[in-house]
Amino acid sequence: MTKGNGSLCLTSLSKRYGAFTAVDNVTLQIEKGEFLTLLGPSGSGKTTLLMMIAGFQDISEGDILLGGVSIAQTPAEKRNFGMVFQGYALFPHMSVHDNIAYPLSVRRRPKAEIDARVAEMLDLVRMNGFAKRLPKELSGGQQQRVALARALCFAPPVLLLDEPLGALDKKLRVEVQAQLKEIHRRVGTTFVYVTHDQEEALSMSDRIVIMQNGRIEQVGTPADLYQNPKTAFAASFLGKSNFLHRDGAVFALRPEKIDLSPEGQGMGANKVSGVVLSVTYFGAVLKYQVEVFGMDPIEVDVDAWRSGQALPAGTRVDLTWSDSAAVRLSDQSV
Amino acid sequence: MRLPIKSGWLLVLPFLLLVGGLFLGPILNVLWISVTDPTPGLDNYAQLGSSDTLRRILWTTLRVCAICTAFSVILGYSIAYAMVHATGPAQSRMLGLLLISFWISVLVRTFSWLMLLGRNGVVNSTLDALGIISAPIPFMRNELGVLIGMVHYMVPYAVLPIFAAMQSIDGRVVQASRSLGGSGAQTFWRIYLPLTKPGVVAASLVVFIINLGFYVIPAVLGGGKVLMVAEYISVQVLITLQWGTAAMLAAILLFGVLALMFIMSRFMKLSTVFGGART
Repeated sequence: MTKGNGSLCLTSLSKRYGAFTAVDNVTLQIEKGEFLTLLGPSGSGKTTLLMMIAGFQDISEGDILLGGVSIAQTPAEKRNFGMVFQGYALFPHMSVHDNIAYPLSVRRRPKAEIDARVAEMLDLVRMNGFAKRLPKELSGGQQQRVALARALCFAPPVLLLDEPLGALDKKLRVEVQAQLKEIHRRVGTTFVYVTHDQEEALSMSDRIVIMQNGRIEQVGTPADLYQNPKTAFAASFLGKSNFLHRDGAVFALRPEKIDLSPEGQGMGANKVSGVVLSVTYFGAVLKYQVEVFGMDPIEVDVDAWRSGQALPAGTRVDLTWSDSAAVRLSDQSV
Repeated sequence: MRLPIKSGWLLVLPFLLLVGGLFLGPILNVLWISVTDPTPGLDNYAQLGSSDTLRRILWTTLRVCAICTAFSVILGYSIAYAMVHATGPAQSRMLGLLLISFWISVLVRTFSWLMLLGRNGVVNSTLDALGIISAPIPFMRNELGVLIGMVHYMVPYAVLPIFAAMQSIDGRVVQASRSLGGSGAQTFWRIYLPLTKPGVVAASLVVFIINLGFYVIPAVLGGGKVLMVAEYISVQVLITLQWGTAAMLAAILLFGVLALMFIMSRFMKLSTVFGGART
């Protein structure tokens, strides 16, 4: 149902405010039909980058190509990108039906076509029966679905989403993530999704772009980024990491890739000994903090069910891990 | 000994007596005169049906007020729009200028217009000296003069409610319209204007109500040719001494304003409903 070519190409894109650089020389290829997430802390430039793609921010340098054609000078309303805003930005004076119909009605489509299409979209986001309601009569999750239906109604080649789940509570968020992924699969539109939530990024994306200080830190599939972080920032922002200094290089080691055993019983390619500082029970996992001489405290996650009784603080333990568990980073210092 | 009412009321008692005695009293007296002077009954009100003069005056008043309201609100809307989109310091300066104009006496402003636009005013004498006109343009002492003076006086009153309504609009709603393909004009007519409607309605009613009672501006800038209700009441009271007719017109004005206030209160409630609907 998507019209046009939804592949986006950002070339050396920058946004400067005076001396401050919000987006710094970003080059990125976004494939047609891809679910791409821009992930980063606040101030990393991810929202500014999205607003530049949407056409709400001028470009200081660089270009944006849609299907090979530059759209850098095209105004927002001519880009034909759907957008879901933080806080949804539904039109408060219009019913759900009129909100969803808006993109078609400004394009002067015939009424019969609009009504059929709105019904189809209500069906897609499972909001049948809510057409006559006003936005204020809906819950947050329902408003979010209406905003999604409105943005997809005119079959845009690209859908931009600016932290659309930020206002929802955690349980609902997990539910909506699954729905969003399902809708992405059904409509085949390119999704560009901005979030600071690593779990959202990991669970929904085809590829994740980790951003910091206006630059791209690393791009890859969720598994690739998690298993092979290239920088300390990538390793600590997506999941948790211990940082080890060996042979003048820095290695990232995930807490769940370390085996913990009582002193003298540890077997592995790499081994250090230490003392348990603290242990915290999280249901599925036990999180240990282990003091090792000459290092920062090391965090170790252990499967709570398989490991049995937790070892109390003060216990002497061995930490072991395989060679492939520790990932060498390109950073020289952390 | 316990007082039958809370002692706090004693503190506001002087104020209540003042309002009751000096404000409500005379109003009731006016209403009383309108049905008793010169003879008891509704004779004064019956004049509305029989007197062409009265009907012409009421018509002039309504027409001038309506035109003035339209211009004030349209100008006020543009000014409020500019203010909302101005950045910090510029916005404070604009708000400051607006408030200063509230503090300048209506008499000063009215005579300033006479000096600017009168027969021998700055504009006419300049145009004459430049040889652009041979006879002075009649800006003043007619309905145009009254309208210029009144619109100038009323624009700040129109700006404030519209400004407040515009400030409460979520900028992302406007962006959403653009991202969905709405042009600038479509975004304005279908999103922005409807969302500022409560402000426009409030501004229209405030301006219209204040206009109804205008006395100084029509008297000075109309030069006696644009007779509106307030000036006519003054003539009846001070010169022809027909207090019954004057009281009747005052009562009509009073009830007209009360009716408009009632409508406005409905719309103000509506505006909070609109405000509450924002997401």
